[in-house]
Amino acid sequence: MELYPVFMWLHDLLESTGIGEPWSTIISYGFLAVTVFGTLSILALFLVWWERKIAGHIQQRFGPMRTGWHGWYQTIMDAVKLLQKEDIRIATRDKAVFFWAPVVCFVAAYLAYVVIPFGENLIVADLNVGILYIIAVTTFTVISLLMAGWGSNNKYALLGGMRSAAQVVSYEVPMAVSILTVIVFAGSLSMVDIANAQQGNIIFNWFIFKPPFGIIAFLTYITAATAEANRTPFDIPEAEQELVAGYNVEYSGMKFAMFFLAEFVNLFTVSAIAVTLFFGGWHGPLLPSWIWFLLKTFAVILLLMLFRWTFPRLRVDQLMEFAWKFLVPLTFANLILAGWFKYAGWHW
Amino acid sequence: MSALRTEEFTVNMGPHHPSTHGVCRLILTMDGEKVVKVEPVIGYLHRALEKICENRTYVQCIPILDRFEYVTAMSCNYVFALAVEKLAEIEVPERAEYIRVIMLELNRIASHLLFYGVTAMDIGALTPFLYGLRERELIIDLFEMTCGQRLTYNYIRIGGVARDLPPEFVPKCREAVKIITDKLVDYEGLLNENPIWKVRNQGIGYLSPEDAIAYGVSGPVLRASGVEYDIRKNDPYSIYDRFDFNIPTHQNGDCYDRYLQRLAEIKESLKIITQALDGLPEGEIQPKKKINAITYKPPAGEVYARVENSRGELGVYLISDGSTKPVRVKTRGGSYNQLQALPIMVNDCLIADLVAIFASLDVIMPEVDR
Repeated sequence: MELYPVFMWLHDLLESTGIGEPWSTIISYGFLAVTVFGTLSILALFLVWWERKIAGHIQQRFGPMRTGWHGWYQTIMDAVKLLQKEDIRIATRDKAVFFWAPVVCFVAAYLAYVVIPFGENLIVADLNVGILYIIAVTTFTVISLLMAGWGSNNKYALLGGMRSAAQVVSYEVPMAVSILTVIVFAGSLSMVDIANAQQGNIIFNWFIFKPPFGIIAFLTYITAATAEANRTPFDIPEAEQELVAGYNVEYSGMKFAMFFLAEFVNLFTVSAIAVTLFFGGWHGPLLPSWIWFLLKTFAVILLLMLFRWTFPRLRVDQLMEFAWKFLVPLTFANLILAGWFKYAGWHW
Repeated sequence: MSALRTEEFTVNMGPHHPSTHGVCRLILTMDGEKVVKVEPVIGYLHRALEKICENRTYVQCIPILDRFEYVTAMSCNYVFALAVEKLAEIEVPERAEYIRVIMLELNRIASHLLFYGVTAMDIGALTPFLYGLRERELIIDLFEMTCGQRLTYNYIRIGGVARDLPPEFVPKCREAVKIITDKLVDYEGLLNENPIWKVRNQGIGYLSPEDAIAYGVSGPVLRASGVEYDIRKNDPYSIYDRFDFNIPTHQNGDCYDRYLQRLAEIKESLKIITQALDGLPEGEIQPKKKINAITYKPPAGEVYARVENSRGELGVYLISDGSTKPVRVKTRGGSYNQLQALPIMVNDCLIADLVAIFASLDVIMPEVDR
């Protein structure tokens, strides 16, 4: 079990107080969950602010400036404001579905962090099916989108939810197949093993530098990931010119904020996966491993943010065609060829 | 297994919709995601401008017509002044003519820059909007410097212009021309060859030259369909015959060509402004016999004056009975005809395409609704 020293210390402390074995583990894991949750919430708030600053600077504006130094606590104030907002619940909603949709969305976004290694030994649980687990739990997002659309009992929300779900499901396929290519390289599903396989040789052991399959896998992955995170040029779920507001039209207050934050957590997730799979994970010289991990992840996020503020939006049918007629065949061909190379033992 | 039964349904788009550029309601008949039929419903912004003009003196009409097509208010000022000047055969001083041409062309550029921004935003790219408005701001600042207004100028008056250019106008204007020329490269780099932009715009909203002429479409939309028709060349007014500029045309008549067309027109306008600034003479800016705002009476008669503004032919038909107030002021704007042509451009496209087509027409709803 690769748990970081504080966790071990906490576990030992609980043991020494004389609590029985199941309880000490449960409490220390609870502590771990709260830590991961807190870290990610802060990261999500930071990303919202960062995105606004980047958008501002691309667009010759400043972005938030009024709250603190360069508006650094703007998003915190926004979150506080949303907490205080009235929670409008339309009378015709499907009560249970309407309530649980943001919860499912929020939880699904955080579930992936069980297996994402933030640094050397800085992982909640190194599952031997790690990457498969991530693919599985991120799919929960689709369910939450459909729930939000259905529970709102509003045709616009339902249509928005359907569009989002169709998009996310379509892009899940090329995303998973791109990830499979990396698994062929690494020979393991464990996130730690994948990162460790890219150690050494400065940066040239990174899987992105395994031409041509690595680079193709990365490009297809990042494209599919952009679509997974619902960002321009694939932001069909929130195309304000075509839709009223998408699946979250009836949500307000903190429920809306949960969808919103989940979106940014997803952004961090897809970037963190990209770093682990293609950019050597936490490995790097001099600096602590978690700093390397964060730096690389922010670099990938920056790339996605630049996409968002540069590109126009694809049309919904073009979006589907791009996924099924271009990305899926390309990723499959890439996977088969990579597998063949591996099987034949040809050297990269 | 029998085919799934489908039926067409009606969707109401607007009046409040972010991409109807004002208050336009479109009744869409949809077959699934495809738009089968579009029926524009207009009149939400009707302000009876033509009727108001009948109760005002000639000079007082000009600030009212500012509101007619507020994005290019200079040309609205100008076309009314032109109509009265034609009717009363007023000689306009040389310097005033040059100033008018500079203002009209600057306003055309400002309008096309706005088009660039909002069209990109309708296709989903947010950044070009800010870029377009940034350069438009330079021009608006020039207008503000000259006449104190940023949107409705009331600057071009019967027989001349309201006041002379401030001394710092010419260098500032040259600077703005230079900046816009430079920034156009950025604009084109951002969108022209962008594959997503192309796939969203090319082949969408085709308008054939025959249809364009039949529907009375004018301006950039007409020229993007391959018809070389520009009132500045075909029926020159003011001093446009003195300048060296081209009428760019594009052949495909789709949204992409209409976008390219407007960018090309910005470049031509920049040429005209540079020439006009070079040739700007000294002298009077108002006719020798001053026009009294209250008591001015043009001779009785009828006249139609037309100019080419950024949306096509902008015309005023004026009937005077020799009194201080016009009997009838009939306006004609390009947007009205272009909106009329919208239903024939919708060829089983999706709603997202409809937004693109609507944006490419660059319709200004207050002009349609008068």
